[in-house]
Amino acid sequence: MESIKKKINLRRLGTLAITLYIVFLIGPIAGLDVPAIAAAIKANPLQLVQFLIIGISNGAIIAIIALGYTMVYGIIELINFAHGDVYMIGVFTSLTVLSVTGTLDSKDPVKIILGLILALVIAVAFCAALNASIERLAYRRLRNAPRLAPLISAIGMSFIVENVGLMWAAQAWLVPSFGTTGGASQKVFPDMIGALFKATGFNGGDVNLFASTDIALRLTAKDVLVIVLAVALMIGLYLFVQRTTLGKAMRATAQNRDAAKMLGINIDWVITATFLIGGGLAGAAGLMAGLYNNTAWWFMGFRAGLQSFTAAVLGGIGNITGAMLGGFLIGLLASFSDGYLNARWTNAWVFATLVLILLFRPTGLLGEQTGQKA
Amino acid sequence: MSKRLFAVLSLLVIASVLAACGGGGATEAPATEAPATEAPMTEAPATEAGPVGTLKIVSSLPMTGSSLTQTQTIVNAMQLRLEQANYSACGGKYTLEYEAWDDASAALGKWDPAVETENANKAAADPAIVAYLGTFNSGAAKLSIPILNAAGPLVMISPANTNPGLTKADKDLPGVTDSYYPTGTRSYARVVAADDIQGKVAANFVKSLGATTVYILDDQELYGKGVADVFEATAKEIGLTVVGHEGIDPKAADYKALMTKISTSNAGGPPDAIYVGMVVDNNASQLLKDKVAIMGDNETVKFVGPDGIQTQAFIDGAGADVAEGVYASVAGVPLSELPDSGKQFVKDYEAKFGPLTEPYAVYGYEAMNVALRAIEDVCAAGGDPTDRAAINAAVFAIKDFAGALGTWSFDANGDTSLTDMTFYQVKGGKYESVGTFK
Repeated sequence: MESIKKKINLRRLGTLAITLYIVFLIGPIAGLDVPAIAAAIKANPLQLVQFLIIGISNGAIIAIIALGYTMVYGIIELINFAHGDVYMIGVFTSLTVLSVTGTLDSKDPVKIILGLILALVIAVAFCAALNASIERLAYRRLRNAPRLAPLISAIGMSFIVENVGLMWAAQAWLVPSFGTTGGASQKVFPDMIGALFKATGFNGGDVNLFASTDIALRLTAKDVLVIVLAVALMIGLYLFVQRTTLGKAMRATAQNRDAAKMLGINIDWVITATFLIGGGLAGAAGLMAGLYNNTAWWFMGFRAGLQSFTAAVLGGIGNITGAMLGGFLIGLLASFSDGYLNARWTNAWVFATLVLILLFRPTGLLGEQTGQKA
Repeated sequence: MSKRLFAVLSLLVIASVLAACGGGGATEAPATEAPATEAPMTEAPATEAGPVGTLKIVSSLPMTGSSLTQTQTIVNAMQLRLEQANYSACGGKYTLEYEAWDDASAALGKWDPAVETENANKAAADPAIVAYLGTFNSGAAKLSIPILNAAGPLVMISPANTNPGLTKADKDLPGVTDSYYPTGTRSYARVVAADDIQGKVAANFVKSLGATTVYILDDQELYGKGVADVFEATAKEIGLTVVGHEGIDPKAADYKALMTKISTSNAGGPPDAIYVGMVVDNNASQLLKDKVAIMGDNETVKFVGPDGIQTQAFIDGAGADVAEGVYASVAGVPLSELPDSGKQFVKDYEAKFGPLTEPYAVYGYEAMNVALRAIEDVCAAGGDPTDRAAINAAVFAIKDFAGALGTWSFDANGDTSLTDMTFYQVKGGKYESVGTFK
């Protein structure tokens, strides 16, 4: 008993030492200059709010993608590497819908709004179907295979979907703004929200809601749209999982697949539904990111996937609330690091924080919610 | 049974999709029927009966990712030069073979250190290869120079590397690192002027635009950081105030927070200009978009970059209205001011591949030009063109070469004597030349 206590104390000390080391020794190299940061905040306190806004908007997109990772992991304990790329397909789907319907060049506010709604619906439907077909094609047959098999299959699917994006971005007949430079280069996702404001003349045609005031703050309609849409989706998902029969079946399947089967739950359908919802969320995140960052790129799913997966782990994998929390946390960390530390070290700070949190709470901030092992 | 069929069918679909994607870039020269014999050339009778050997030239350029827009034109130009030579050298004694290797990977979406190293080792091990044309990125050159230097040396001719440290030994130059030449013999030459010139000219150019304060960003690569460092050193010398110099995360989703910080970095306001040392693969378009969203158009806060962003892919990625007014420099003169041989190249190129807007095609053509010239020189002197050391010596011996870029020479370091820099500005969605500087 005594020795166990000692061991725990030693471990605590070790973690503390690592924390101190990171903060005080690596910190100054990586831009953690506390007096300078304090001075910057004092000189321009409003900028702190600005970084908060940027961090929350970016975090919202990460959180929505993270939901797909965490739901799938919770239910079949598979890291769906293709998920980030499904999100990328969401960006391209919505861009294509906007282009084909003529919304991109439209000056009519009603048409823009209808086009955006249509793009949302089609992107969600398409990505849901894509994610479910990936499961049907690449994961279902491997469900009882050793854990590594579906993981490798997921990496393979990720490459395939990335290449589909690469080809898609070369189809200038579909979206003329893709240009003639081939599929590999970044494509522009036109600023539809800005166009909408210009078309209506609302707020003087400026997307920045503070443009007409003296406050030197930039809260754009894009930020508001992203945050509102993300929060609505999160609440919707939470209620769905907690209140509906299918949600209950999902939770049961996550806890113990065999027991759920014995109780008459159609496991295949529950898993398909999980992939459908995850894919749909990724599709919505695709449209949001396109409108917010104005970029469509075949490779954008990779980094988004990495960050979202990190968010899911940070919040506690399998835990839906945790994924949201993790997403916002990563968005804020990146924003503050870019703003007050050094942009060069932003990733280092994000992952150092992840390491620290996992040292103290190995199952993530809110704890894992995966099946009980037999 | 039907499930099996379904699985087979879906695999076929996937395979065809992959095959279609793979066909995007690398094209190989038509294989010749000539057997690649290794017969000792000294005893080979020089008859008109046909070629007696094969000389292989390879290029190693990033052909997966945004740089493809530039590298595809380089490969096209190299092939054009070979076609003009009828894929034969030394009066028909040798057949020329060309392969365009890709040094990028899908996993990174840009040049990959592992792939470039593999390419260099592959080239070193293939005795038929007499010239290695590449690389596009200076960081990649740093890896392959020592490998190829120890393999013969196998000469490396770059159409695009601009990091000064690759050739120059001056320790005072920012970016210059240790020697890359383990054998002591120089084996790396480039037909493009280096960044000790580009960075210097760019700083003077920014000053001439009326800017007094500048913020510098780089993509943390050998090339991007190298040119940004030279820019910073020169800027300080000529009296520009450098407000800050930061490396960016080249894969970030956006840079709004960074741009917000920069927008108040100059005593509460934005700097007059932002200089970015980066290539288009490293998210340059996104950086520009967020800069314009936060700090306004490129007239208010100037956005200036090196040759890495002088490509149509950069404008397409940012959108023509957002990119309007961006400046970028490229070594050499505009295509319209090339000497007659250069103009002829542009004409031939456009007849075969369509309109040429990218600046590096002519450098690809010139690199191949140099390789062929070296082979011919070795033959003319009675030497053996399969001897890598002889080809290498012939490349470094090139003086007063009348090529597509003009008449120029290599110095002892393998640097070109041409030091012109041309600035381009985006006007109406296209780069247009605004002047040539020295």
